[in-house]
Amino acid sequence: MHEWALAESIISASLEIADKEEFTKITEVKIKLGDLQQIEKNILNFALSQLTPSKLTKTKFTIESLSAKFECRVCSNTWFFNKGKLNPDKSEAIHFVPELVHTYVTCPSCNSPDFSILQGRGVWLDQIIGEK
Amino acid sequence: MPDPRLSVITQRLNNVSEIIAVSGGKGGVGKSLIASTLALILTKKGYSVGLFDLDFTSPSTHLILNTSGMFPKEEAGILPPVINDMKYMSIIHYSGEHTLPLRGEAISNALIELFAITRWGSLDYLILDMPPGITDVTLDLIRFIKTVRFLIITTPSTLAFETVKKLTSFLHLVQIPILGIIENMQLDQSVSLKQRIVDLALPYSGTISYDPAVEGALGNINKLLDTSFAEQLKKIVSTVFPRKLLT
Repeated sequence: MHEWALAESIISASLEIADKEEFTKITEVKIKLGDLQQIEKNILNFALSQLTPSKLTKTKFTIESLSAKFECRVCSNTWFFNKGKLNPDKSEAIHFVPELVHTYVTCPSCNSPDFSILQGRGVWLDQIIGEK
Repeated sequence: MPDPRLSVITQRLNNVSEIIAVSGGKGGVGKSLIASTLALILTKKGYSVGLFDLDFTSPSTHLILNTSGMFPKEEAGILPPVINDMKYMSIIHYSGEHTLPLRGEAISNALIELFAITRWGSLDYLILDMPPGITDVTLDLIRFIKTVRFLIITTPSTLAFETVKKLTSFLHLVQIPILGIIENMQLDQSVSLKQRIVDLALPYSGTISYDPAVEGALGNINKLLDTSFAEQLKKIVSTVFPRKLLT
């Protein structure tokens, strides 16, 4: 599953930050999941639990979802991503590479594909809490 | 907080021996054709090869290779489909025949995403078909992949060569090795950039004459490999590439 690749990246980045900050222990990793990428939270959680190295066995992974919001660069309209309006193939393409949204979604006001993703694109680390 | 995807890009390429970016300053000089044919030639020589089309807004390697109906497999990331024993990745798998208009930041994000989730496995060569110029893909590539080498394509035109000079100057500045410069689509043997390339102490790799048969061979790998264009590229590959790359 694609979620496993992203889980690997979360773990790898968490370990890098722990080394940089000289944490002896990471107590919590706060992750934000943008709706646009349509990551399955349960699968990501399971992947994190299976891939976790010994240094992170007692780490709490907190996952928070965030709606994807767009702003049209042509008419300044803002709107939220609505997966329900897409067919499964298009939805899957955006799941793998969220930038495909510029192929399959246009501004509801002026129909332009030239819009920016204000929030909720994909997976990112929000905060890592550790002990020194 | 750093982007978590960046931390796995190096891991994904751990078992790739050589990464070659086929690049150039101008569009239309034959980068995609040379990248695709180079990947096919190396595969025929028995190497394990991957081809990655990084020209997201104007991909064309899928047409050169005729990859219709192919789709990556999802397995702890994505596994590129295989064509002619060669692994092949392109955003075209997801965009199909649709247009993909992207600004710089989105191009950068797509590049990071695809490098972070694509599992190439063990490869002797990963050939990257680059978009023209020194824009986001080039800048990101050298930011994330320190071992990349550039193979630069130009036509005999002064206009194309001026952009090559800028690209090579930039690569020197950031200390990225230039594997060679191929002069492509030569129409008149008396018109060549060879001396100008050599005068700049740049690695001239060879010239490929314009081959009108290429157009009719697009989408047919065997026919493409039988063209004079491919024959000339084979000679360049076997004589100019550093020995260690081909052993």
